[in-house]
Amino acid sequence: MSSVVDGTPPLEQIQALVAAKKHLPGALLPILHDIQDALGHVPAAAVGLIASALHLSRAEVHGVLSFYHHFRTAPAAPTVLQLCRAEACQSMGANRLWAHACDTLALDAAHGGTSADGAITLAPVYCLGLCSTAPALALNEHPHARVDAEQFDRLVAAARSVPCR
Amino acid sequence: MPVKIFVPCDSASLALGADAVAAAIAAEAALRGLPIDLVRNGSRGMFWLEPLVEVQTPNGRVAYGPVTVRDIASLFDAQFQTGAAHRLQRGLTEEIAYLRQQERLTFSRMGVIAPLSLAEFEAHGGFAGLRHALTLAPSEVVQQVLDSGLRGRGGAAFPAGIKWRTVAGAPARQKYIVCNADEGDSGTYSDRMVMEGDPFMLIEGMAIAAVATGATQGLVYLRSEYPHALATLRAAINLATAAGFLGDAILGSPHSFHLEVRKAAGAYICGEETAMLESIEGKRGVVRAKPPIPAVQGLFGQPTVINNVITLASVPLILARGAAYYKNYGVGRSHGTLPIQLTGNIKYGGLVEKAFGVTLRQLLFGFGGGSASGRPIKAVQVGGPLGAYVPEALWDVPLDYEAYAAVGMTVGHGGLVVHDDTADLSQLARYAMEFCAIESCGKCTPCRIGSTRGVEVIDRITRGGDKQASQVGLLRDLCDTMLHGSLCALGGMTPNPVLSALNHYPQDFGLASPVPEAA
Repeated sequence: MSSVVDGTPPLEQIQALVAAKKHLPGALLPILHDIQDALGHVPAAAVGLIASALHLSRAEVHGVLSFYHHFRTAPAAPTVLQLCRAEACQSMGANRLWAHACDTLALDAAHGGTSADGAITLAPVYCLGLCSTAPALALNEHPHARVDAEQFDRLVAAARSVPCR
Repeated sequence: MPVKIFVPCDSASLALGADAVAAAIAAEAALRGLPIDLVRNGSRGMFWLEPLVEVQTPNGRVAYGPVTVRDIASLFDAQFQTGAAHRLQRGLTEEIAYLRQQERLTFSRMGVIAPLSLAEFEAHGGFAGLRHALTLAPSEVVQQVLDSGLRGRGGAAFPAGIKWRTVAGAPARQKYIVCNADEGDSGTYSDRMVMEGDPFMLIEGMAIAAVATGATQGLVYLRSEYPHALATLRAAINLATAAGFLGDAILGSPHSFHLEVRKAAGAYICGEETAMLESIEGKRGVVRAKPPIPAVQGLFGQPTVINNVITLASVPLILARGAAYYKNYGVGRSHGTLPIQLTGNIKYGGLVEKAFGVTLRQLLFGFGGGSASGRPIKAVQVGGPLGAYVPEALWDVPLDYEAYAAVGMTVGHGGLVVHDDTADLSQLARYAMEFCAIESCGKCTPCRIGSTRGVEVIDRITRGGDKQASQVGLLRDLCDTMLHGSLCALGGMTPNPVLSALNHYPQDFGLASPVPEAA
């Protein structure tokens, strides 16, 4: 995976992932998931490879890739924090927590993003199914409930001191 | 015999530190030389007590909670492994009023068994429904579901048996059972609990649907925000296939049924059934115009049963105990039970499975204990982001699809989100429009553009000034257009939270007196 680090997309790896699922009915989402799971994002170079394997246009693949919130076309930080912004979490202070998170990480309060040191990506999520223990967040898919500003700071500090993936 | 100690593995329990608690119990038991059998069960759904540790005793399981790592030494000091007293002891789990006062039909095994134990699942009645279905003609299976009165629990409340009958009667070489597990509504997690805590029940329900309709392929469309549910369900499918409950010739019968999970990708609209089909087919989640209905032309153009997780999970009991048993619960045309989720600003949040007919007041105070903040409850959003904000005047309406519809409310997926008196309903209405704008698939104009205009109009209302009255009129017109002109429930039902907020909480919009409702 050194090629991910130096910025060159690992074309052979992508080819193999595409080939493994291309015969599945409705293969596009499973393929995009596999690529993102392996590389952390779906690089632009994958679009053409997928399109030709599935007999789709690049526009069709790009249309799907950009439609779904889950898919990323650029790498995220080693730690991805998904903060729930939906109603149940709002009722327990999620908007304050989001503002605190953006403030702490010096990010645009409208969208979140990746912190300047490249350590943490903050993204909104609309429901983690932890609505009775709000507000909730997921740290690299690991759930945390009843999160307050103090706990958020602890999670961020821990994530910065230990590489998470 | 080593004593059995249960520590839940539900996501909400994990989010409150259940893994660390389980590890600490194992370590402390080893340190003290006590043999224990540590079981990771699902959650009982009493989330204010999580992590809820249970100990098997001759009298039944004794509960301790909420347990933190710091409590483990004192629990062992108190001999909790014998069920002894401790400040966290809650008595016999089954006797806790919150549980005892429920009608747990679909959730009867929830928190009781280890989710991936086929033996425990079968020991608690699992696969009895499928085994019975395999002794019946497919039409008799459909009839049982029709007779039970089971309606779709995902929100639309369409009779499940009618969908099944349509698919059963449609001639096709390939039919599908698709389970909608894209549980995107805030304030709902009952689907997640089923997949994490009792996944074989869902598998059994889908297999029964396959037997009834002649479908041989099933898919579960499961949201990407639920990684634990995804892992558990996939493991359960592998186990069930290896044991002959799925695959070719299930349990030696002529019926074959193959099941796979498809991971969704974070689009709320894909909870709409036709957008979900598009997504499974590998396309953008854009809503299809109906007709044709999916039961006639669904996935890849073939006849398809689409049901939500709870609907399918309700079926095994109906086949095991008979349609009448299930139908006898409930009121009016709302038969059976609903797993209700008490969420948001609520003291005792959790899963409450009750027969239809229960009131919000009973749920909010009898079960929920009032708000978590201790402040007065101002509004309850019932039925997800597309449900109305319900003021106290309506908290005594019985939970019933028809009774709710009569007063402009929706049951939806049974989620209640509680807000205390610090909530600003104008901002929640604005959020409803904003969420619709973010999640709109873009196919129809009222939803795609109306939602954006809705945010702007609400901002103009809350800014006040002499145009306020005309802007209120404009918002009502806009909601009317969205309601009548949208292709699906996203645009069509976003007016529910917006107008209920405006009608019941006009002061939050800076409007002095109650606004007369539009005719």
